[in-house]
Amino acid sequence: MPGYSDPGFDTLALHAGASPDPATGARATPIHLTTSFVFESSDHAASLFNLERGGHVYSRISNPTNAVLEQRVAALEGGVGAIATASGQAALHLAIATLMGAGSHIVASTALYGGSQNLLHYTLSRFGIETTFVKPGDIDGWRAAVRPTTKLFFGETVGNPGLDVLDIPTVSAIAHEAGVPLLVDSTLTSPWLIKPFEHGADLVYHSATKFLSGHGTVVGGIVVDGGSFDWDGPKSAGKFAELTQPYDGFHNMVFTEESTVGAFLLRARREGLRDFGACMSPHTAWLILQGIETLPLRMAQHMRNTEKVVEFLATQPFVSRVGHPMLESHGSHALAQKLLPRGAGSVFSFDLKGNREQGKKFIETLKVFSHLANVGDCRSLVIHPASTTHFRMSDEALAGAGISQGTIRLSIGLEDADDLIDDLKRALKAAEKAGA
Amino acid sequence: MHIQVNGAAIYCYTGGKAFDAAKPTVVFIHGVLNDHSVWALQSRYMANHGWNVLAIDLPGHCRSSGEAPATVEQGADFIGALLDAAGVQRAALVGHSWGSLIAMEAAARLKDRISHLVLVGTAFPMKVSPALIEASQTDPEKAMRMVNVFSRSTLSAPPSALGPGTWVFGAGMALGRKVLRSNTAVNVFHRGFVACDSYTGGEAAMAQLTCPVLFALGSQDQMTPPRAAQGLVNAARAAGKSVSMANLPVGHNQMTEAPEETLFALRDFLAR
Repeated sequence: MPGYSDPGFDTLALHAGASPDPATGARATPIHLTTSFVFESSDHAASLFNLERGGHVYSRISNPTNAVLEQRVAALEGGVGAIATASGQAALHLAIATLMGAGSHIVASTALYGGSQNLLHYTLSRFGIETTFVKPGDIDGWRAAVRPTTKLFFGETVGNPGLDVLDIPTVSAIAHEAGVPLLVDSTLTSPWLIKPFEHGADLVYHSATKFLSGHGTVVGGIVVDGGSFDWDGPKSAGKFAELTQPYDGFHNMVFTEESTVGAFLLRARREGLRDFGACMSPHTAWLILQGIETLPLRMAQHMRNTEKVVEFLATQPFVSRVGHPMLESHGSHALAQKLLPRGAGSVFSFDLKGNREQGKKFIETLKVFSHLANVGDCRSLVIHPASTTHFRMSDEALAGAGISQGTIRLSIGLEDADDLIDDLKRALKAAEKAGA
Repeated sequence: MHIQVNGAAIYCYTGGKAFDAAKPTVVFIHGVLNDHSVWALQSRYMANHGWNVLAIDLPGHCRSSGEAPATVEQGADFIGALLDAAGVQRAALVGHSWGSLIAMEAAARLKDRISHLVLVGTAFPMKVSPALIEASQTDPEKAMRMVNVFSRSTLSAPPSALGPGTWVFGAGMALGRKVLRSNTAVNVFHRGFVACDSYTGGEAAMAQLTCPVLFALGSQDQMTPPRAAQGLVNAARAAGKSVSMANLPVGHNQMTEAPEETLFALRDFLAR
C-alpha cells in the first residue's frame, strides 16, 4: 500500500527530490541561479573534485535545483538517478557519447523523431558511429542488425508520429542477448503512461520540453539510468571500456567499480556534462518541476480528450486513416493494450483524403489548434510532418516512419474536448470544400 | 583489486588509491544484499586521507567469488582470513547492518588486531520478521521493496553516492537486484537475513572487544531502530569499553541519505 514511506506516483510527482529549504524554510524548490558553490576549505574543494564527498561545484556539472528535477524524474521512472540536459537532443547525445566512440554501431528504430533520425543518420556517421535502422515491429530485423561493434539499441516508446509501439520486453531481450543496453525515448508517453524500465529498458530519456514541462515554455532534456545493465557482464565484456577501464580523464576512475548501479551516470556527468557542456539552466529545471507537479492531472486529461478526438476523427468520411493504437485498426493495438493500458499518448497522426492544398487549408482553418513545431503542450497543436519535422527524410524513410504527404499530426491539449472537435469539424469542412 | 582468500577471489575497492600496507587500514563491510559501493562517500574519502581502504564485496556477492557466509561467525572468520591474505596486521572495522555484526564478531575474535570498531545501523539481536525472511526467498522483489521502504527516511536525499540527482530508493532496488543476480547458486538475500536473525553472540562478542567502539545509529531507522542497539551499548559500557555514539538524522540508509554525517562520525572516531 502506498503511504508516507512508499508514496505513489502522484505524491512523488510533488515531493520526490524536494524538501523545505533548510536555509530559508521555502516550501517550493528555490531556483539556485548561481554558477558556483563556495568551498568550506581547500580539503573540501579537493574532496569534491575527487568525488570523495557529494556536493556541487559548478552548475555545468550539477546544481541543487537541477538535482531536484533529476531525483524527481528518476523516482517517477523507477531509475537510480538522472541527468538534466539542455534539450532532449542533448540527452540523446549524452547517452550515446558516454557509451561509445568512432567505430561503434547502433541499432535503431525507423520510427523516430526527425531530429533523432538526423543525429543518427547524418551527424553521428560523420564522427564514425554508424546506425542500422530497423522497423520497430521487425523483431528478426533487430536481431539481424547486430554487429560485433554494436553498443546500443534505441527506439521510442511510441514512434513519432505513427505511434508504432516499441515491444520493449522483446527488443530489450534481444539487446541483452547481444550484450548491449536498450535506450528508450519516452517523451511522448511520460512515466504516467509507461515506465520503460519495468519492461526491460536500461536507459530512458525525455525531451522534457514536452509533457514533463507541459506548458510549451522551456526546452530541456533528461536521461535516466535504470541501473540494471551489467556493463561488465559475461555478454557485454569488453564492449564498454568507457565504463569498465580506468579513465585517464578523471583520476583513472573505473566507473563500474566506483558504482555498481550508476556507472553510466557517473561518466555521463563527469565527462559528458563537463566536456560537451549541454547542461540545463536552473530556471528551466524549476519550470519543468512546476510542470511535473501536475503531470498526473494533465496526462489524465490529455488521454480523455485524445480518446474523444480519435473517436470523432475515425467517423469522418474526409479522413482516410487515424493512426492511434486505441483503434483496433492500428498495427500496435494489441501491444498498446499490454504495455500502455492508460493509453498510447495524445500525439498522433491522421490522413486526409484530399491533396496537399486541402491539407494546407485544413491547418490554416484551425483556430483552437496552434500550427507549430512542438508536442506535449497543454494547448492543442497541429503540424504537417512531411514538410516540417521530417522534411529531410526521403519518401522511403517517410514511409518507413508511417508518414505520407497527407499526414497531419495532432498533439491534443487540455481544452474542452467539444471545442477541439468543433475546431476540427470546421477545418475538415473547409478542406473538403477547397477540393471541390 | 582482488585478493585471494580461502581460494576465492575477493574484491576490495581501495578508493582509487593503491593498497599500501604501511598505512593504517580500514575494512568496510556491507550488509545484506549490498556491496562495497554503498560506502562510496566514506571509503573514497578515507583512502585519500591517509588510510588504506579495503571496502569488500563479501564472498559470493557481486565481484567476489566464494561461498557466501551463512552465519555471522563465518563472516567473522572470513575477515580474519582477509587480513592475513592482505598482509594487514592491524585494521579498523566498519560494518553496516549485517556487516556490523560480522565486524563485531571479527573484532571479538581478532582482539588486538582490530584498532577501532564502527557499527553503523546495528542491533542485537538483529531479528528479521518471519514474513520478510520468507519473502526474501519466495518473492525477493517484494522483499527488496519492503527493505527499501523500511530503510528510507527521506524523499530528498542530499547529493549521494552517484552524485547529485541520485534517487536513493531506486539505487537501493537496483543494487539489490544486481547482488541477488550475481550469485546463481545461493539466494544471498535469504542467507544474509537468516544469518542476522540467528546470530546470538552479540553480547559475548562485545565483552571480548579490546578496541574502542562507535555506534552510528539512524534516529529514524526502522530496520535497526536505535533502541534495538541499546542492549549492546549497555553491555559495552558495563564491560568498561570505550563507547562513542553518533546520532545520524536518517533511517537505515545512513551512508547514502546522510553521507556527510556518516563520514564525519567515522572519520573523527578513526582519528582517535
